[in-house]
Amino acid sequence: MLVIRRDLLDEIVAHAQRDHPDEACGVVAGPEGSDRPERFIPMLNAARSPTFYEFDSGDLLRLYRDMDSRDEVPVVIYHSHTATEAYPSRTDISYASEPEAHYVLVSTRDSAETNHTGHEFRSYRIVDGVVTEEEVEVVETYMFAHTGADDVPDLG
Amino acid sequence: MAVTVSIPTILRTHTGGEKAVEAKGGTVAEVIDDLESRHAGLKGRLITDGKLHRFVNIYVDDEDVRFAGGLEAPVKETSTVTILPAVAGGMR
Repeated sequence: MLVIRRDLLDEIVAHAQRDHPDEACGVVAGPEGSDRPERFIPMLNAARSPTFYEFDSGDLLRLYRDMDSRDEVPVVIYHSHTATEAYPSRTDISYASEPEAHYVLVSTRDSAETNHTGHEFRSYRIVDGVVTEEEVEVVETYMFAHTGADDVPDLG
Repeated sequence: MAVTVSIPTILRTHTGGEKAVEAKGGTVAEVIDDLESRHAGLKGRLITDGKLHRFVNIYVDDEDVRFAGGLEAPVKETSTVTILPAVAGGMR
């Protein structure tokens, strides 16, 4: 299950809508081992395409170095589909290489099928080419979501 | 002296969970061959038919080797080699 704060979900959706009709992409980083998305990092789609997205290779290196220096991992890796459903394509699956990440897809198509998030916003695990959809729980704060406090150490 | 090679999460099964390992070599290809001698299976995750896999980026210091000579890109003793899976996809 993906537990994500409402403000982060809104940022992802706003990025997808802003870049439409091109695909938008980015990461929400969080402390290693926490499974808690905290730091929204929109990335440039170097492909600038309505059907493909790609992090620029230089941006990718800087992103991972920055996360490493903060002991963070990419908890969420998101991108948008601008004309099709929010489900991983064969291309998405072939590139997916973070087995511990939540792969979030947002659809900005005309007939988007809004779910409980208020958008067509869905999350998946992609491990060894196998896609497993998971529940998305939207919370106002992580304080009461069994993931520890937002920005302060978990006091139990 | 050895160069440090940074290993992404998905390939750490080949390095016993290590985030970074040491290797020797004057080019990226030599470094990968040296890694393979101690971390079997790694090379096959990076190279297919003598070419760098399109799903993988390799950097020598700050330079993506695709723009710096490919697998023949020179590696200095003070270099850091970073392996990162490309982040890409799309509806196609």
